[in-house]
Amino acid sequence: MKVSLVTNILQANERIAEQNKRLFDEKGILAINIMSAPGAGKTTLIEQTIRTLKNEYRIAVIEGDIQSTHDADKIAATGVPVVQINTGGACHLDGNMISQTFDQFNFDAMDLLIIENVGNLVCPAEFNVGEDFKVMLLSVPEGDDKPMKYPLMFYESSALLINKIDLLPYVDCSIEKIRTESWQINPDLAIFEISAKQGEGVDAWLDWLKIKINEKANSK
Amino acid sequence: MHELSIVQNIIGIIQSELSKHNITRVKSISLRIGRMRQVVPDALFFAFECLSKDTPLEGAEVKIEDIPIKGRCRNCHHEFILENWQENCASCGENQMDIISGKELEIAEFEGT
Ligand SMILES: Nc1nc2c(ncn2[C@@H]2O[C@H](COP(=O)(O)OP(=O)(O)OP(=O)(O)O)[C@@H](O)[C@H]2O)c(=O)[nH]1
Ligand SMILES: [Mg+2]
Ligand SMILES: [Zn+2]
Ligand SMILES: [Zn+2]
Repeated sequence: MKVSLVTNILQANERIAEQNKRLFDEKGILAINIMSAPGAGKTTLIEQTIRTLKNEYRIAVIEGDIQSTHDADKIAATGVPVVQINTGGACHLDGNMISQTFDQFNFDAMDLLIIENVGNLVCPAEFNVGEDFKVMLLSVPEGDDKPMKYPLMFYESSALLINKIDLLPYVDCSIEKIRTESWQINPDLAIFEISAKQGEGVDAWLDWLKIKINEKANSK
Repeated sequence: MHELSIVQNIIGIIQSELSKHNITRVKSISLRIGRMRQVVPDALFFAFECLSKDTPLEGAEVKIEDIPIKGRCRNCHHEFILENWQENCASCGENQMDIISGKELEIAEFEGT
C-alpha cells in the first residue's frame, strides 16, 4: 500500500517553535537567534550589545553550547539573566530545548531575548526556535566564500554581521564579494561591518536592533 | 550531522502513520530534498540504516528526489535554475532574485504492507 504524505520532515520542531513564538509575541519580546561558525564572535557581540543596551532595555540570554558553561559565565558577569543549554552533542538548538528553559525566566520583565546558537554553519538555519529573526555572524578570517558554501544560513537570516574587520589587513577576504554574493542569495539581508571586540561599527547594528525591539514592544 | 536529526524525524513521522494504515512493514520511502538543504545522501542512508534497526522501517528503500535551486528574477520575473550562485538572470542580467524552490525537506510518500 502507498501512503501519500507530503509532510515537512521538521514539522514537530516547527510546531514547538510556533508555540514559543506565540509566547514571545504575547509578551512583546523580541527574540533573536544568533548563528555562526565556532568562534566567529557571537558571545563577544552579545556582551557588547548588553553593555550598551542594558540601561534602556530588559535583556535575557539563552546560551547554547555542546558543552561547558564558559559563555554563560561571561554573560552572567554583565548582570543579565542567562540560562545555559548544553546540547550534549547536538550541533544546533531546537524549539524544545528553548521551551525547556522557560521556567527559569520572567517574561513579564523582558524586552529582548538573545539566543546564542551552537557554532555551526549548517543545521542551526534549519531549526526555528520561535525567534523573530535570525542573525548571522561571519568573521573575516573565515574567508569570503561562505555565502556560496552555506547559502541556507544567508537565506534564512535577516541580518549579517561581518565581524573582526580589525583583522582585514591581515587576511585574504573581500567584503565586497561577501556583500554581492549574500545579496544574491537574499536581497533583503541587512549587512553590517563590525569589530565586536573593538566596537567599530557596532552602533549601526544597535540602532537597527533598537528599532526592531521598539516595533515588537509596540505590537503587543 | 543534521542527517541524523532529519532521519529521526522521518522515522517518527512514518511510525505515527503505520497503525492508521495497518502497515507492519515499510518497503520504501520517498523524500523530496532541495539542494539548499545540503543533505549528504550517503550520510542520510547510513543514519537511516542505524536508526531503523528493529523497527518496521528496517530494510526499507529510501529514495531521494533531488530538487534544484530555482530563482525568480525580481526585475523581469524570469524563472531559472541556479547551478551555482554566481549566475545572474539569463533574461535581463539582474542579480536580485527570490528563491522559489530548493528548500524542500519533505516526505512525499511511503509504501508498505
Ligand atoms: N580581532 C578580533 N577578535 C574578535 C572579535 N570578536 C571576537 N573576537 C575574538 O574571537 C574569539 C572568539 O569569540 P567568541 O565571542 O567567543 O566567539 P563565539 O562565536 O561565541 O564562539 P563559540 O561560542 O565557541 O562558537 C575570542 O578570542 C574573541 O576575543 C573582533 O571583532 N576582532
Ligand atoms: Mg560563544
Ligand atoms: Zn545540527
Ligand atoms: Zn530578469
